[in-house]
Amino acid sequence: MATSNLVEVQHVTFSYDQRQVLKDINLVIPKGKVVAIMGLSGCGKTTLLRLIGGALVPDEGEIRVAGEVINKLDHEGLFAMRRKIGMLFQFGALFTDMSSFDNVAFQMREHTQLTESLIRELTLMKLQAVGLRGAADLMPSELSGGMARRVALARSIALDPMLMLYDEPFTGLDPISLGVIGQLIRRLNDALGATSVVVTHDVAEALELVDYVYYMSAGKVEFEGTPEEVRAGRLPSLRQFVYGEPDGPVPFHYPAPEYRRDLLAQ
Amino acid sequence: MMQRVLELMRALGGRIVDNWIWRLGFASRFLWLTLKESGLSFRRFHLTIREIYFAGVLSLVIILVSGLFVGMVLGLQGYDTLVRYGSSEALGVLVSLSLVRELGPVVAGLLFASRAGSAITAEIGLMKATEQLSAMEMMAVDPIARVVAPRFWAGVISMPLLAALFSAMGVFGGYLVGVRLIGVDEGAFWSQMQAAVDFRQDVLNGFIKSLVFGVAVTWIAVFEGYDAPPTAEGVSGATTRTVVESSLAILALDFVLTALMFRGL
Repeated sequence: MATSNLVEVQHVTFSYDQRQVLKDINLVIPKGKVVAIMGLSGCGKTTLLRLIGGALVPDEGEIRVAGEVINKLDHEGLFAMRRKIGMLFQFGALFTDMSSFDNVAFQMREHTQLTESLIRELTLMKLQAVGLRGAADLMPSELSGGMARRVALARSIALDPMLMLYDEPFTGLDPISLGVIGQLIRRLNDALGATSVVVTHDVAEALELVDYVYYMSAGKVEFEGTPEEVRAGRLPSLRQFVYGEPDGPVPFHYPAPEYRRDLLAQ
Repeated sequence: MMQRVLELMRALGGRIVDNWIWRLGFASRFLWLTLKESGLSFRRFHLTIREIYFAGVLSLVIILVSGLFVGMVLGLQGYDTLVRYGSSEALGVLVSLSLVRELGPVVAGLLFASRAGSAITAEIGLMKATEQLSAMEMMAVDPIARVVAPRFWAGVISMPLLAALFSAMGVFGGYLVGVRLIGVDEGAFWSQMQAAVDFRQDVLNGFIKSLVFGVAVTWIAVFEGYDAPPTAEGVSGATTRTVVESSLAILALDFVLTALMFRGL
């Protein structure tokens, strides 16, 4: 593995039961970069993220994270690797029976022998980094969608991970929260010296913050390049995706029998 | 015709294998994993204490009130029967043996399944549906050790205590009705009870029953929650299954245990 790459995905194929979701995927995530995996809903990008995190095992191929083949690790090895990985889930996935503070402190309490006073300081620092130190005592049900996402982000960086995985971090956010989360992803990546993989279909926000883009369609990587190359890309399905055109290679209509015949079927 | 019968039998067999035998095997492996990962529940006992509060302490009201009323009804019905044979002083024996041997473990178990079992299933099912369990796994924390095992042991510990309180409250209810309301002799009520109730044969067997029901109900509750499809419909179905399966398991196990304990089978 080239030392400049933190993640390498090689010839990965994955199916849910009989349905093939990923077909011979190859990509690399260089160290220190923020990389987006973009594509339409259902194109397999979240599945790819879960494969990188070791939550799923590919049918074929291998995924290397920090030099180790994550899909060949045993339970202990996988858990040791996950301590170095942070993941932000689509809707935060905060523990609803714990306050914001306890959510962020959770991993420190589970995995370290730090004293409670040190855990308190570190937790407040993480919350300060996402601007929510004042919300430390609030329960998840008392947080807005954007705030919950920021607390979840503070939780995912609790142990200063080397790799951050973001699953649709912009979904369902208002424009201000969306901008805040985007800025935080970039800032935290650079401040922690981490590497980030952002799975998203939010084109405008993602192209502003990432260093490199993989565009997926129907389980394959169809295009890759810098944000400028993506904007200038000539691939018809990519252009339709980037500029939000309602019809094109990805049709507006779901496949159906002929309209007139369907209406007159009675 | 023969073909149709064969098809029907094949479909029935398929359903039994898929729905029952496969799930029972899966649930058994899940129980084994839960037991294997139980160390944390005792090393950090405060996790289990917290669940004992939710499963046990919050069930106290329904258990105590139900126990009182069941005991009062036993007092009324028991007196009505015993007085015909001139044995109304044996009311204490009837009330206490009924409660300690049968009604305490069984009714407390049924109430525990409805109150705490359904809550455990719904909580774990919702944690799964909102990706909290996946998040925990991604943080290198095993949800079976951190979420399932403390709830399992909390149920196993709470159930015998609740059954004991149910029986005690029932005896008090029987005393209120029999002695205070109807006027059965107080000395005979308590002394006959003391003489007739055997610690090993009655109290210990009742305790064992309630322990077995605790294991069964909590096993079903945590498994159904963990196995629930991550949708609103999935969680609601799992909660219903917990109550139905737990109730049937309690009644079936009660028959088996009674046969083994009191008939020497």
